[in-house]
Amino acid sequence: MTHRGERVKDTGVGQQSIIGKAMATRDAYGEALLELGKKRNDIVVLDADLSGSTKTGKFAKAFPDRFYNIGIAEQDMIGTASGLSLTGKIPFASTFAVFETGRAWEQIRQMVCYSNLNVKLVASHGGITVGEDGASHQSTEDIALMRVLPNMTVIVPSDGYETMQVIKTIADVYGPVYVRLGRAKVPAVMPAEYEFKIGKAYPFHIGKDANIIAMGIMVSMAIEAAKILKDEDIDAGVINMPTVKPLDIEILLHAARSCRLVVTAEEHSIIGGLGSAVSEFLAENVPVQMRRIGIKDSFGCSGKPEELLKLYGLTADDIVKTVKEALKKWTYDTL
Amino acid sequence: MKKRDIGFLRQQATRVRVEILKMLTEAGSGHTGGSLSAADVVTALYFYKMRHRPDDPSWRERDRFILSKGHAAPLLYVVLAMTGYFDISVLKTLRKIGSPLQGHPCSKTLPGVEISTGSLGQGLSVSNGIAIGLKIDNLSSRVYCLLGDGETQEGQVWEAAMTAAHYRLDNLCAIIDLNGLQIDGPVSQVKAIEPVASKWSAFGWQVIDIDGHSIDEILNALDEAEKIKGKPSVILAHTVKGKGVSFFEGKVEYHGIAPTRDELEMALKELEGNGQ
Repeated sequence: MTHRGERVKDTGVGQQSIIGKAMATRDAYGEALLELGKKRNDIVVLDADLSGSTKTGKFAKAFPDRFYNIGIAEQDMIGTASGLSLTGKIPFASTFAVFETGRAWEQIRQMVCYSNLNVKLVASHGGITVGEDGASHQSTEDIALMRVLPNMTVIVPSDGYETMQVIKTIADVYGPVYVRLGRAKVPAVMPAEYEFKIGKAYPFHIGKDANIIAMGIMVSMAIEAAKILKDEDIDAGVINMPTVKPLDIEILLHAARSCRLVVTAEEHSIIGGLGSAVSEFLAENVPVQMRRIGIKDSFGCSGKPEELLKLYGLTADDIVKTVKEALKKWTYDTL
Repeated sequence: MKKRDIGFLRQQATRVRVEILKMLTEAGSGHTGGSLSAADVVTALYFYKMRHRPDDPSWRERDRFILSKGHAAPLLYVVLAMTGYFDISVLKTLRKIGSPLQGHPCSKTLPGVEISTGSLGQGLSVSNGIAIGLKIDNLSSRVYCLLGDGETQEGQVWEAAMTAAHYRLDNLCAIIDLNGLQIDGPVSQVKAIEPVASKWSAFGWQVIDIDGHSIDEILNALDEAEKIKGKPSVILAHTVKGKGVSFFEGKVEYHGIAPTRDELEMALKELEGNGQ
């Protein structure tokens, strides 16, 4: 049971001492950016008239000379950030995920990725937990859009503590990075000893029956699901995969070889996101029974975040049901 | 700054056109019309106006040139080669596999190219970002951004125009190559952009209207733009697409095709005749 030459620390799901508090990852971003601004004067921040929502407003207030509001012009924001990076600055460009990755996709492709610029795209309001604003403002395709771009690193933190580490880490690493954050408050899930590294997943536990690979808010759902499954004598592991690109392939190989079923869980379309990335890798390397939990090729709608998670099948109970049904089918098929 | 020698710059502009046509013919494809129309402006920038060091392309205090109309790549490649960024023999590799001279400029393969362009409407935003960065660093370097006239149909150009005015980017000078033609026909028929001067003026820019083939007017405009404080300036360079070769001039067909060997021979005769 090795991972990167080290023994995987497996304290069991729910046994870790969790640091931090329940908070929205966008709030953690606001704090992390402020800290970063104090330490480094090459950090500049851009926003497209949503600095109150993306929480870049905190940085703007503290460092008005290094904050540029580009107005409601996402394409221009990406171009301006690209130009700033060419003068050695480290621009963090923020707006809602749907506008950042959708409206300005080609600018990200042509300027940021093709020229491999040191631009950090940190978007808030990822997924359907945007809530009442509805489908126009809910980003369910952003990971797919960013993952397909060469040179791009894609990160989806699961809680506030991890978000702070992610923001600090990406400032020190050259190259284009997309970070997806959320609007709604999420429980703290990462343990105190956790250290974020790009491309490295965190296994809470590797299960013998199933392993659930999750990103973002679905990590806490996966943990809850694993606890319920344990009570039913199903050994389900949980792996937080914050870096969707590049994937932690070593942990995937290990997890897939350890169990009968791999389940991915994401607050994103099942097309092109974490589920696709994991399926693509495992299909070619360790073909294993798989299930993808996510938005099933549809748009979101208005509602409270928790209502939407239920409606779109993104709760711990949905994960439990999926795991049980798939394991049952697997057993039946192999008899 | 180099000596203001109009005769010398005219000669260089003719040489630039000769090399553009030769490399395009060798490549067998590429954008002839828009490379020739902007040749005088870009020659004036690289051989006279811009502070740059061909042996140190990332010199911190250099003036920047952003070719927003990236399809005029042959023009950029020729001036980079002629001013010493790379050997002129590399020009014949244009558009060929493994060449640093990609069909549209690529900053990863060719030092001297500030950023990869080709998809229209994006260079002015990048120029704004550079101009802001230079101001943060208290550098007096200037940013020059060349756009096509058809390119200004892209909405992002106007987003960037607002940004430059809002942040008072007086270290930025946009130049629009008003050759009047785009792929599908005359700009005025495809989708009119007039009145160009009053549009830019209304967006908060200092507008300088010139004959884009008069080296004298180009130099005066570039010097005038440098003196404008508190706002960005735009030089409206009225040009002729395919300028310098009579049978390419004003012909929309030569937007995106290269000369044949026979056309090259005739064109070189004409240019060499004019150059003497």
